[in-house]
Amino acid sequence: MGAVIECKNVTYSYPLAKEPAIKDLSLEIERGKFYGVVGENGSGKTTFCALLRGFAPSFYKGELKGEVLVEGKKTTDYGGELSAKIGYVFQNPFTQISGVKDTVFEEVAYGLENFGIPAEEIERRVVEVMQMTDIEALAMKSPFDLSGGQMQRVALASVIVLEPDILIIDEPTSQLDPEGTESVFAIIKTLKEKQKTIILVEHKIDLIAEYADEVLVFKDGQVIAAGDKRKILSDMSLLEKGASLPQVAVLGSMLKERGLPLSEIPVTEKQAIEVIARALEERKKQ
Amino acid sequence: MRDLRLKDVSFSYPGGFLAVDHINMEIKAGDNVAIVGQNGAGKTTTVKMMNGLLRPTGGDVLIGDKNTKDYTTAQISRIVGYVFQNPDDQIFHATVESEVRFGPKTLKLSKEEEDKRVEEALALTGMDKFKDENPLNLPLSTRKFVTIAAVVAMGTEILIFDEPTAGQDMAGNKRLSEILKLLHAQGKTVITISHDMEFVAANFEKVIVMAKKKIVRTGTPREIFWDLETLEKAMLKQPYVSRVLGALHIDGDIISIEDAVEGILNR
Repeated sequence: MGAVIECKNVTYSYPLAKEPAIKDLSLEIERGKFYGVVGENGSGKTTFCALLRGFAPSFYKGELKGEVLVEGKKTTDYGGELSAKIGYVFQNPFTQISGVKDTVFEEVAYGLENFGIPAEEIERRVVEVMQMTDIEALAMKSPFDLSGGQMQRVALASVIVLEPDILIIDEPTSQLDPEGTESVFAIIKTLKEKQKTIILVEHKIDLIAEYADEVLVFKDGQVIAAGDKRKILSDMSLLEKGASLPQVAVLGSMLKERGLPLSEIPVTEKQAIEVIARALEERKKQ
Repeated sequence: MRDLRLKDVSFSYPGGFLAVDHINMEIKAGDNVAIVGQNGAGKTTTVKMMNGLLRPTGGDVLIGDKNTKDYTTAQISRIVGYVFQNPDDQIFHATVESEVRFGPKTLKLSKEEEDKRVEEALALTGMDKFKDENPLNLPLSTRKFVTIAAVVAMGTEILIFDEPTAGQDMAGNKRLSEILKLLHAQGKTVITISHDMEFVAANFEKVIVMAKKKIVRTGTPREIFWDLETLEKAMLKQPYVSRVLGALHIDGDIISIEDAVEGILNR
């Protein structure tokens, strides 16, 4: 285990920006864990992702103070190798689509071709990932003929297929229906089982509560809370700071306030059912 | 104020792909309605037929007693406002204010009335503080509010919002709730497509469930979110609190956190 990414006193400003987008950020990302990145829009979540991947400052320019280390080496000292280590799924799937391929199949295979992998293996891996992300039916379609939701899945597939150790995924479900959203989380869960490190920006806090290990809460370019999801997502004071919390946590805290003896504030549906049932039993005994 | 009726409406694309299959719908003037269902269920196609962006290939869409066939698209746009799913489909101007002013300008209102409409729409959506900015420099979730302001400023009696909650944070969702509430209080008809079941449960009086290009059921949020068969057919889920209460065998068809607290404490 140990830290796979480290931010040391990172402050970053986009070119011409009046204020830094990230302010004096220090944290460690541990290998094999799933991090949910949450917080208000404009709080620095996407910039944080861009820093970990090195897009900031190498692509966006701007000014970086402090260090972002990936496996001990500064992102600014990496060349193209960082793209093999870290897979990055953009918030806007249009950004991801290469624009040079005629079909979804070729689009998903594109990155592997660039890595010089034999054709047979490319085909095997592409088919496997297309099954996993449920886009097989789209294989022969043009990437530009897809709905927003389908495009998000293709973008995700084109990154998963590269089998990077670290995945940074920025709001992959904004265009998806509840079923599609759950299936994306199920995909991320299988990636986690393959010991991948996952950093996911997502507003759907109830799903973060269900699937993530750790939560990072951003506000105004800083991390205002970080740690185990059960600890962070049961902290009602975060609501006043613009973060959302799981429905069941809010329910639990209201019940507790009204005197129901809950042993803890639940963050997942399953935990809520157990904790509330136990508290009701407890109350009966009293 | 006019009711909106869809009578045996279908829509097929020129290539023959059927997107909406013989649906009937009646939305009364002043209703606030959510349309829910999977991607591809026909929701967006349906609402685009309400404002004339698409013309039904079968059946009739009526605004009041008049068939939309007898209106031009420009005429309908003064009765039915539509906020696109993707804000970039409707942003064309260099500043937020000129974007919002564009619609009212076409209505040939007095200068005072035009200014009032623009100012009110900017204030309601919180876009007043960005009025001199280029919309394309704002984040996507904020651009959505620019397009909402532009549609609100038109003052139409029917407003359609296509997935306004996508990508919004808690503050954005709260602002949306306030906008919907105010429009409803003004007697407007509001039709909203959403994938966020909690948002639907909290903000609407009527829910229309679509699946596989058809309407599966219409009802109150309580009726819909406790009709597990319909939800399964439409691949939807109950709001989180309802799921918890279901597992705890607490009845009352509860869909809000406040009611859930009472339901659990009174057990």
